[in-house]
Amino acid sequence: MDNFLTLFETYNVPAAFWVNIQLTFWAAVWSLVLGTLLALMRISPIPSLQWLGAAYVNIFRNTPLTIIIAFGVLGLFGQLQVSLTDDFNLNFFRLAILGLTIYHAAFVCEAIRSGVNTVPLGQAEAARAIGLSFLPAARLIILPQAFRGAIAPLGNVLIALIKNSTVAAAGSVAAEASSLMKTMIEFRGDLVIPIFFTFAIGFVILVIPVGLLTTWASRRLAVAR
Amino acid sequence: MTSEPQPSTSASSAHPLVSLKKVNKHYGPLHVLKDIDLEVARGEVVVVIGPSGSGKSTLCRAINRLETIDDGEIKVDGKVLPAEGKALARLRADVGMVFQSFNLFAHKSILENVTLGPVKVKGMKGGEAKELAMSLLKRVGVANQADKLPAQLSGGQQQRVAIARALAMKPKVMLFDEPTSALDPEMINEVLDAMVALAKEGMTMIVVTHEMGFARKAADRVVFMADGQIVEQATPEEFFTNPKSERAKDFLGKILAH
Repeated sequence: MDNFLTLFETYNVPAAFWVNIQLTFWAAVWSLVLGTLLALMRISPIPSLQWLGAAYVNIFRNTPLTIIIAFGVLGLFGQLQVSLTDDFNLNFFRLAILGLTIYHAAFVCEAIRSGVNTVPLGQAEAARAIGLSFLPAARLIILPQAFRGAIAPLGNVLIALIKNSTVAAAGSVAAEASSLMKTMIEFRGDLVIPIFFTFAIGFVILVIPVGLLTTWASRRLAVAR
Repeated sequence: MTSEPQPSTSASSAHPLVSLKKVNKHYGPLHVLKDIDLEVARGEVVVVIGPSGSGKSTLCRAINRLETIDDGEIKVDGKVLPAEGKALARLRADVGMVFQSFNLFAHKSILENVTLGPVKVKGMKGGEAKELAMSLLKRVGVANQADKLPAQLSGGQQQRVAIARALAMKPKVMLFDEPTSALDPEMINEVLDAMVALAKEGMTMIVVTHEMGFARKAADRVVFMADGQIVEQATPEEFFTNPKSERAKDFLGKILAH
């Protein structure tokens, strides 16, 4: 047991989880923005935009996240010299956020679309009937109700995102939790099982409040009809 | 609010406010509107009645293009209905619509439901819009509910708010698509009273309804539809006492028997 506790002196586990939280936060914000835009495209009356939104979702939802993240480092940075900052490590961090965003935006889009399906057609008809065109009707009437109907599925996407943030390891973000776990196992093979449990429990602790919060919020904010 | 029978600057009373010419619509193999010709004059109250599936709701919804038509021409105040985009939105702002299922914006208060159109579509100032909304809500008798959400109101109250919401846009014509069909019987009259008052003030109205009492009381003309066609039209008095077509006789016999 003492042996196990010395691990926490040698390795900064909370700092590693903090990296995952930061990755999650930024990827969540950006994928919410991108996902909302994609959802707007998919429900718009313009066929070419609908097609584009659907194509995006079908491509990135069906591509393994590892490939997207690895492409960020090996393809975008390694081959194409795309750099989001001059800071070497921050660049990998940002590329990982980009990869996580691109992947999860597809799921956010579909979650929002499921929220749109909770809004009766009559709401859109009433909005059009008073003279609102597509964008104002979407912004003022449809999306506010859709988001409130999409809280639970959006929560699921966020939960997946928290755990998927470990895939940033494939994008050379060496400071995140799963990378630290690998290092710890390498040097302390005798404690491999406790190390596994430490990280598993760490993620469970991060994820449980998200589940509770979204369940509570989806009830609290449900639109009364 | 001083409600005048909306004199339009753009047009004289020379042309009808709403006109449909040879309008056709299909749902797949179903021919729901067959060569519909209809003209509604400024200030006229037209009641459309007919059996279920006769196309009367489709007709009503086609006038502000919630339903597209296959061919024919629909004009509102002399202008052909635009296909899409800003021009269509502008036209819809001039055509008030009241739905069977009320369709109040569920996440907005009663007051916001009424002010939203004037503020967001017409660019009216918030204070001015609120004043207008409150006077309209008072007129339909639900001013004391202004801060509630739609789900907290009875069906009859919601439908009266929906009428106020449509009126807030100062429409040239009001469309009513079975406005009392989803209401409990004891709430029907409060909505019909608001509609009768509106008709008396000179609003141009096209009303799809099963309420024969309203038709007798407020309509200038009754249009009887069956199987996607206008079978006959007449004054309410003439239609109810002396229907000409077999189809109308049959329909009236069925609904007036009890």
